[in-house]
Amino acid sequence: MKTENQIEIASIEELRNEILSKRKPDQPEIVVAGGTCGFASGALEIIDALKSELKKHNLEEEVSLKVTGCHGFCAIEPAIVINPGNIFYGGLLEKDIPEIVSETIMNGKIVERLLYVDQSTDEKILHEEDIPFYKKQTRRLLANNSRIDPLNIEDYIAIGGYSALEKALEIGPDSVIDIIKASGLRGRGGAGFPTGTKWEMTRKAQGEEKFIVCNADEGDPGAFMDRSLLEGTPHSVIEGMIIGGFTIGSNIGYIYVRKEYPLAIEHLHRALEKAHEYGFLGEDILGTGFSFDIEIVRGAGAFICGEETNLLKSIEGAIVEARTRPPFPVNKGLWESPTALNNVKTLSSIPLVIGNGAEWYSNIGTNTSKGTIIFALVGKINNSGLIEVPMGITLREIIYDIGGGIPKGKKFKAVQTGGPSGGCLPEAMLDMPVDFESLTKAGTIMGSGGMIVMDENTCMVEIARYFLTFTQDESCGKCTPCREGTKHMLDILTRITKGEGHEDDLTVLENMGNLIIDVSLCALGKTAPKPALSTMRYFREEYEAHIKNKKCPAKVCKALIKYSIVADKCTGCHLCFRNCPTKAIVGEAKKAHDIIPEKCIKCGICFESCRFDAVRIE
Amino acid sequence: MKKSKKKGKMDQATIERLGKIDDVIAQYEERYENSHKVLIELLQEILETFNYVPEEALVRISEKCDVPLSKLFSLATFYNSLRLEPLGKHHICVCVGTTCHVNGASDIVDNLQRKLNVEPGHTTADGNFTVETVNCLGVCARGPLVEIDGKYHGNMTPIKVNKLLEKYENGKSDRDS
Repeated sequence: MKTENQIEIASIEELRNEILSKRKPDQPEIVVAGGTCGFASGALEIIDALKSELKKHNLEEEVSLKVTGCHGFCAIEPAIVINPGNIFYGGLLEKDIPEIVSETIMNGKIVERLLYVDQSTDEKILHEEDIPFYKKQTRRLLANNSRIDPLNIEDYIAIGGYSALEKALEIGPDSVIDIIKASGLRGRGGAGFPTGTKWEMTRKAQGEEKFIVCNADEGDPGAFMDRSLLEGTPHSVIEGMIIGGFTIGSNIGYIYVRKEYPLAIEHLHRALEKAHEYGFLGEDILGTGFSFDIEIVRGAGAFICGEETNLLKSIEGAIVEARTRPPFPVNKGLWESPTALNNVKTLSSIPLVIGNGAEWYSNIGTNTSKGTIIFALVGKINNSGLIEVPMGITLREIIYDIGGGIPKGKKFKAVQTGGPSGGCLPEAMLDMPVDFESLTKAGTIMGSGGMIVMDENTCMVEIARYFLTFTQDESCGKCTPCREGTKHMLDILTRITKGEGHEDDLTVLENMGNLIIDVSLCALGKTAPKPALSTMRYFREEYEAHIKNKKCPAKVCKALIKYSIVADKCTGCHLCFRNCPTKAIVGEAKKAHDIIPEKCIKCGICFESCRFDAVRIE
Repeated sequence: MKKSKKKGKMDQATIERLGKIDDVIAQYEERYENSHKVLIELLQEILETFNYVPEEALVRISEKCDVPLSKLFSLATFYNSLRLEPLGKHHICVCVGTTCHVNGASDIVDNLQRKLNVEPGHTTADGNFTVETVNCLGVCARGPLVEIDGKYHGNMTPIKVNKLLEKYENGKSDRDS
């Protein structure tokens, strides 16, 4: 059924030309990096300040203000780009705005102090793409995040959006599958299953109804690229999903998205509305007779629902408990019907693959892993943010060239990938090229792309304990090895962090970890021991220090550390005295203080409050 | 209906609440009239309406939608975000994702627990604060992150959180201050 305000489209190209003809390419433009992280860094205040400043100078009509998705370089947000000139200003404060408008917008002058300064050369950098953080990246999926207003479907169409859908409808499902297979695109949810094969299997599977489901339940703590894509370029995901529905023979798709991502949900809703209005969704899409619709389902905060069989159960409203596979969802998925389940990044790749062809897609990457991969580069790293790099890049390039190394001159210790299902890699592995196979071989996984850098102050035993706490809590409880095994591993790890470890604990942990991997029902159990196993493999001496010497080399485990005050450095300023929640600090004003160990709960507040570096942890 | 003998005693607030629950159920039935029903969306709508999932909503859903009450309880207790207790006046959510963790989120949780005398997942005795933890809010570059009444505060430390809390103490300010 055509709705009243639905737009008649002869061809996407015609529509695009019409949109472009209405645009004023020479109009000055201010682009603000938005998204949840941009807003958390103060982008909303910057937008308000820009609006009022433009109004003050009567420039509202002349200068266009565009809020895009997240540009990825979280560490220097809030940030803007000004055109013409492609001028990049980062780390902005509201008080910088009047100067930007009066100098750059009105007089074409650059505000030098707001330019990005390269930390290694002290050089000022004018353009966003010349910043070292961006230079080694190949931004294919994330490119739209800096280019378009996610709520403006015309922006998406203007840069070629929905022409891949038009092409797919024209060439037919079999050709779509051929192109995707030839491109070598593998599922970006972490497991890396070939997408073309998955769609082919779902297409061939017998069933009256078929479904395509987008897994946007980005539950890995430390990964946020799916959120960023949904917020910044929701139409890419929608377009990929419509193509998927058409290919496998489905008329309805579900996007299962975390409730913790309110902005992504809002953008999706608004993008779906627009896609309907333009006739990309609904009945008789682009006059081809194909009908397709998308429903949003909000996940309610259960990590295990990121695993495919559990995610489908969650949509069905069933009690979420793991089940054995086969049958695989491609044969028996949602409501027992053939279902293709794809990650956000996979679906966003589809319009690129179809639009640009298999060869274009596969011209970068390694033998077995094609294209680019998005990582959330976070933790103890200077340039934290979302990065997109060609498969095959080394970890060292990512951490040092793009990430700018470790802050405060601290020493690198480990890099963690794959979230609670992955592992930690040491310095010696940094020259390894990154792809699906190499990471698995090294004892971790690609996962959904979280990459957390850890420095000398991160305790590897405590990190293993942290992840086990997480998986143990999220285990659905159906199968014994995962339910009981992770609990037992957690008990042992907790004991070790308390200095109560036994000599044979490591052997028990290893045996139990391997057993859980072998016999658990679903991916949660099959990967839960990895953080412990990989840290035992690469950082064994740290475990031994806890067990044999009762010491935590990273000075993290509370039971094994002691706070004291260095008398020579203490000025007696009383700040720690005032802040200490348990009154464990004694001393007169202007005289060196002391900590009473019996009263100290090791909360770290004195360490944080001391301005003279006088609190020591040992 | 089975509950008829209780009906006479219902106060105005209860009647209103049940009315709201019925509205949410009616909208749900309409939304999925022509397709498979997605039960979790109904629970999400209840959560959105009340800021928690009242027990009476589960009872009502069970009666009206023909779902066993035990199953509804099972779902409501399984999902982290479906809380069964009402929220306090201010909602504090500490992100305990990996990045926030390596940057000291557990010290923030410990500090809040000690300062407000409340376990994560619960509300202070005076009803002013509900403290919860969340596995990841996806704002890792700003960790440790604390969300108060929907507003994100990045690069937090126990002392910074203590300062923030002053703004939200009883009688001092309303939401979104």
